Amino acid sequence: MGIIDKLNKDFESRVRLGIMSVLMVNDWIDFTEMKSLLNITDGNLASHSSSLEKSGYIEVKKEFVGKKPKTSYRVTNGGRTAFVSHLNSLEKLIKSK
Amino acid sequence: MDQKHQEDLSHIRSMMERSSRFISLSGLSGVFAGLFALAGSIYAYQLFKNNGIEYFDGRQKMYSYDLIIELVFIALAILVLALGSGIFFTLKKSKKFDLPVWTNTTKKMLLNLAIPLFVGGVFCMALLYHQLFALIAPVTLLFYGLALINAGKYTFSDIRYLGVGEIILGCISLFYLGFGLVFWAIGFGILHILYGIIVFKKYK
Repeated sequence: MGIIDKLNKDFESRVRLGIMSVLMVNDWIDFTEMKSLLNITDGNLASHSSSLEKSGYIEVKKEFVGKKPKTSYRVTNGGRTAFVSHLNSLEKLIKSK
Repeated sequence: MDQKHQEDLSHIRSMMERSSRFISLSGLSGVFAGLFALAGSIYAYQLFKNNGIEYFDGRQKMYSYDLIIELVFIALAILVLALGSGIFFTLKKSKKFDLPVWTNTTKKMLLNLAIPLFVGGVFCMALLYHQLFALIAPVTLLFYGLALINAGKYTFSDIRYLGVGEIILGCISLFYLGFGLVFWAIGFGILHILYGIIVFKKYK
């Protein structure tokens, strides 16, 4: 079961998979847009994005637009590599069946 | 387990697509834009007739100032109706599929569409100003085609084929000046309807 070990545990959840997918093909994406793209709640996005940040896969930027705080996300180089290898092992797993 | 991996992959694919392409564009808006354009062309043809101009007699024509103003208004009215139906069907489709409309991708697509259109618009106003009316139809087709190709990066790639079609038609019309109305009817009418039907069937 060598290949299974390569599947990244961090990307097991659908929400995290979604966040990474969106960030792979976009530059900065803000909180509201990410939320509506994934169709999830504020708390859900906040907890999953902070755990991705802790793993060093995404970068979080907080700024003020006028008086409103705005949070945006971007994938890091490490996150990109990790996600691509996760995709590759997913593909291999399916092909080997 | 295998099932889950398949679903993961298709989830990834759909999230990438949803977030990077403007996929709420409805084929129906193409069909309606085309119908409005055809109706406008027929109305313009009738207008020529009522003003004593036989459009297809192949002779050089002189248009009165009032007639030109009226033609410009018809063109603007078609534009408003076509845009209006485009927005209407887009909002409808995005509601149906629960897609966000006003995203970064939408803004990028509109900007990429707007730049060539704006330049084309200024170009046409200059042509009107210099009274080079015969060139207006080719120029609108050419710039519209370029705008579609430019915007194609951010929406269904099929729109690029529509853009290529408009450009080819625009190039041909450059050599048949004086038949602008016919080329407009084909480019904005028939091509839009064809494109709309194809896209509507493909992404239903």
